[in-house]
Amino acid sequence: MNASALHAKDRNAPSQSLLSVHGLVKHFPVKKGLFASKAVVRAVDGIDFDVLEGETLGVVGESGCGKSTTARLVLDLISPDGGEIVFDGERVGAGLGLREFRRQAQMVFQDSYSSLNPRLTVEASIAFGPQVHGVPRHEAIGRARDLLARVGLDPRRFAERYPHELSGGQRQRVNIARALALQPRLIILDEAVSALDKSVEAQVLNLLLDLKEEFGLTYIFISHDLNVVRFISDRVMVMYLGKVAELGTVEEVFERPRHPYTAALLASMPSLDPDRRTQEAPLSGDPPNPINPPPGCRFHTRCAFAEEICARKEPALYDAGGPHRAACLMVPPNSGHSRAPKVHEEEA
Amino acid sequence: MTTPIVSIRNLKVAFAGGAVRAVDGVDLDLGRGEAVALIGESGSGKSVTLRSLMRLNPERRTRVEGSITVDGRDVLAMSARELADFRGAVVSMIFQEPLLALDPVYTVGQQIVEAIRRHERVSRAAARERALDLFRRVRIPSPERRLDAYPHELSGGMRQRAMIALALACRPKLLLADEPTTALDATVQIQILLLLRELQRDLGLSIIFVTHDIGAAVEVADRILVMYAGRIVEEGTARDLIRAPRHPYTIGLLKSRAHGALAKGARLEAIPGAPPDLANLPPGCSFAPRCPLAIEPCRADRPPLVAVKESQRARCIRTEAAATLAPQLEPTG
Ligand SMILES: Nc1ncnc2c1ncn2[C@@H]1O[C@H](COP(=O)(O)OP(=O)(O)OP(=O)(O)O)[C@@H](O)[C@H]1O
Ligand SMILES: Nc1ncnc2c1ncn2[C@@H]1O[C@H](COP(=O)(O)OP(=O)(O)OP(=O)(O)O)[C@@H](O)[C@H]1O
Ligand code: SF4
Ligand SMILES: [Mg+2]
Ligand SMILES: [Mg+2]
Repeated sequence: MNASALHAKDRNAPSQSLLSVHGLVKHFPVKKGLFASKAVVRAVDGIDFDVLEGETLGVVGESGCGKSTTARLVLDLISPDGGEIVFDGERVGAGLGLREFRRQAQMVFQDSYSSLNPRLTVEASIAFGPQVHGVPRHEAIGRARDLLARVGLDPRRFAERYPHELSGGQRQRVNIARALALQPRLIILDEAVSALDKSVEAQVLNLLLDLKEEFGLTYIFISHDLNVVRFISDRVMVMYLGKVAELGTVEEVFERPRHPYTAALLASMPSLDPDRRTQEAPLSGDPPNPINPPPGCRFHTRCAFAEEICARKEPALYDAGGPHRAACLMVPPNSGHSRAPKVHEEEA
Repeated sequence: MTTPIVSIRNLKVAFAGGAVRAVDGVDLDLGRGEAVALIGESGSGKSVTLRSLMRLNPERRTRVEGSITVDGRDVLAMSARELADFRGAVVSMIFQEPLLALDPVYTVGQQIVEAIRRHERVSRAAARERALDLFRRVRIPSPERRLDAYPHELSGGMRQRAMIALALACRPKLLLADEPTTALDATVQIQILLLLRELQRDLGLSIIFVTHDIGAAVEVADRILVMYAGRIVEEGTARDLIRAPRHPYTIGLLKSRAHGALAKGARLEAIPGAPPDLANLPPGCSFAPRCPLAIEPCRADRPPLVAVKESQRARCIRTEAAATLAPQLEPTG
């Protein structure tokens, strides 16, 4: 690593990381019947990434690859088995108290219904968090009504409604208003628009962009919808079986994917042309069991480019040019994969 | 032409003592072996329509009018006995969340065997043999071993396949699929969509597929129906609807999609406003309050279904003006 890369972690460097995740690990014990066995689900298995202040990091990957677990670890909703999280230059839990961190980092979930208390009115739901953090009730309610207006719900019509009196899109806006109520700096959106139809989704995505500009927010945006991720993200992280497969700007990842899993994922997007429907799935089979992930590259059991070396050597997240990184042995010079660039010692 | 597998006439479904008109006059014909997709606003009545075909809406709190004929049988007139035979054997349903359809305390194999034996007098061994065939058909890897797995031991994609196998256990003619791929990543989604197409082709299965993903609809469906506020507002072949939509809502829906050609930081073309309150529908076209083309007559009377060509109809009195609004779609992938 060169000196400038090291200094990028410096607190006062430009486009500084708001969030840095190092070596994050979460293994869930597997229950066999009533008994806990020694086996574990390697849900998140050593991942590193940064989120820059003011950016949107999109997160995509196979279902079950550890996206939601990563989100819950980052927000300290579950405790990690390894690794550390640095928020705004301070280690969460050490330099930065958990209570303060939980105010600054918020989450919006997919299921807009079950994440709202059915017995609280919309304004009471939004005002709840600030009250817990010591904001007087009338002030919290006032702020809640402002936020409702901000997310496009007229407080005179909506403030006193209950969750069941709202449509899915309206409920999701309430969830966003509730996340904003604590004036956070980071919001993690986990499949937050997946249940919405495209026209409501468009309203919510536009709202997210407006709010980001207005409040200088940073987002982590988890979704299976690649079109939406491409639209909203600045950078994208692709995960596969508990690991980061690829990380780069939206343009790099969508236009020049370097990891074969990313390429297969992009090729799997439906065509939208009735005369050119997809004839064959780019990737067949299912992901391997996260209890016993394959040795070497975790993707080698399904990869069209796998060679013998791929089953032996575990790829790191290699430099693929600029900030673009990919965990594939075809990327670094002289890795032993026949498609890796060949560089002579003197040149290297 | 043979008789359609499904024929719905003027279906109206209301909840809350009739106040909430979730489905408000739906007509739908589905040919044998045909696949249609139902897309549209959330809360527009897509799932309620599907559930009506199996009478799965809570009977005591639901008011149903109109007629539903499936495979020549009057669904609304069936006795509880007839309904039990009908479900699974003539029509079955798959959902977004397979864990709601699968029982956590039995292996997936046991569940399929039970389903078969509930409808047919076959030995356990023969039923298991058929379950194994189904697992092969939906391409579950190591099918023998997977029959003995519990639902939670399968990955998301495999659970979805197991649920499809269970739905096919009694050789239904009609499969209702309510957002079966929404929770899946793109690589698994396309596998499931191709599987549905294959089942349609090889088994002659008729399919009604509900989705928010227009790309997914195009991959599976011959025809697409668009719902808004309890009514079908446009229907046509996938080609017609994608290339030349004629209802302003369909046009708005297609234009609001995020796609690759958008500039960085651009905003999406969302349809302004919100869908109407189903307990308080406007008298004319229910899209009028949000429609850029609405004129006085739109607000006065409920618009008729206008044929814009032989295979395409839209519930709008301004389909010609609408033609000029139609989007230029950017293909993906
Ligand atoms: N509380 C838990 N106990 C045991 N295993 C868990 C738990 N939570 C998650 N897992 C497992 O960890 C793995 C990662 O799950 P996670 O929910 O993070 O995936 P995901 O990427 O969010 O998937 P999806 O796209 O389907 O939402 C999966 O194999 C899952 O079954
Ligand atoms: N059992 C019920 N009791 C009362 N209202 C109901 C019931 N089931 C559905 N509804 C209402 O009927 C309307 C149509 O619901 P439906 O589930 O069919 O929508 P949908 O088109 O499937 O939407 P989505 O795309 O969000 O799944 C909604 O307003 C819903 O709240
Ligand atoms: S390291 Fe090998 S198996 Fe892994 S993605 Fe690259 S080529 Fe494929
Ligand atoms: Mg998840
Ligand atoms: Mg539905």
